[in-house]
Amino acid sequence: METLEAPVQAPIKKDKALKKIMIINSKATVDSVYAALILANGARMEGIESEMFCTFFGLEMLQPKKMDHLHVATVGNPGLHIPTMIGGLPGMETLASAMMKKEMDKLDIPTVSEFLDIYKASGGKVFACKLAMEMFHLSKEDLWEDIDGVLTVGDFYNRAQEEGCQIIFV
Amino acid sequence: METIIANKQVELNEQGYMLDMTQWDEGIARAIAIEEGIELTDRHFDVLNFLRKEQEKGTALSIRKIGKSGVVGIKEFYALFPEGPLKKASRIAGISKPASCI
Repeated sequence: METLEAPVQAPIKKDKALKKIMIINSKATVDSVYAALILANGARMEGIESEMFCTFFGLEMLQPKKMDHLHVATVGNPGLHIPTMIGGLPGMETLASAMMKKEMDKLDIPTVSEFLDIYKASGGKVFACKLAMEMFHLSKEDLWEDIDGVLTVGDFYNRAQEEGCQIIFV
Repeated sequence: METIIANKQVELNEQGYMLDMTQWDEGIARAIAIEEGIELTDRHFDVLNFLRKEQEKGTALSIRKIGKSGVVGIKEFYALFPEGPLKKASRIAGISKPASCI
């Protein structure tokens, strides 16, 4: 019997050059943390394996008490167009940060805690830097419960020993 | 470009997304899904039907919105449509390519 059925197509295999991305974040500013989260989560959305490594002040985004209260820098941040002396006035940073959060809300951008949950559910991994934790006297109990581990720099590089892996420092 | 999928004539853009969502049916969904390496189950169709409804409403879809929909959790969404769930699911659902960063 003749059928008009088109032949069943085989899955189209697209071999991607970029297979895994590792994002390093060393800062606690809103811009740095969101850039890291969007890059890391965006990789998962494209089917790319994704890991985040938080070091130095980047550990703030992994501390539940602090993660949703991050600030933008009002001093030393020319992009904000606030004169340095005014940017240093008490309350300026809180005000600028609140304004930025409002704008982000309008665009439906999640809070850091929600974003981390979304990222984690996507299969992304989050690591904390061992040395920075020691510097700031942080233990694993101080950090978000869903982190995948605490790494030394050597551990970090070992995780990058794969074909198609790229490292980005935010 | 015009092409035949599952015996139906459909119009696709250069990335393989359907240009007219009314041309879609389950057979087309299954055929596109095979290309994406996915065999569709009822659970997949729950998600696909939700996406199509949202598209009709003109919602800009994001993984976050899907996670909050109550239809499917983010983890399950990634499991159902591995390696790029929002893009793959949109293509299979016959709707336009999502432009979301989150």
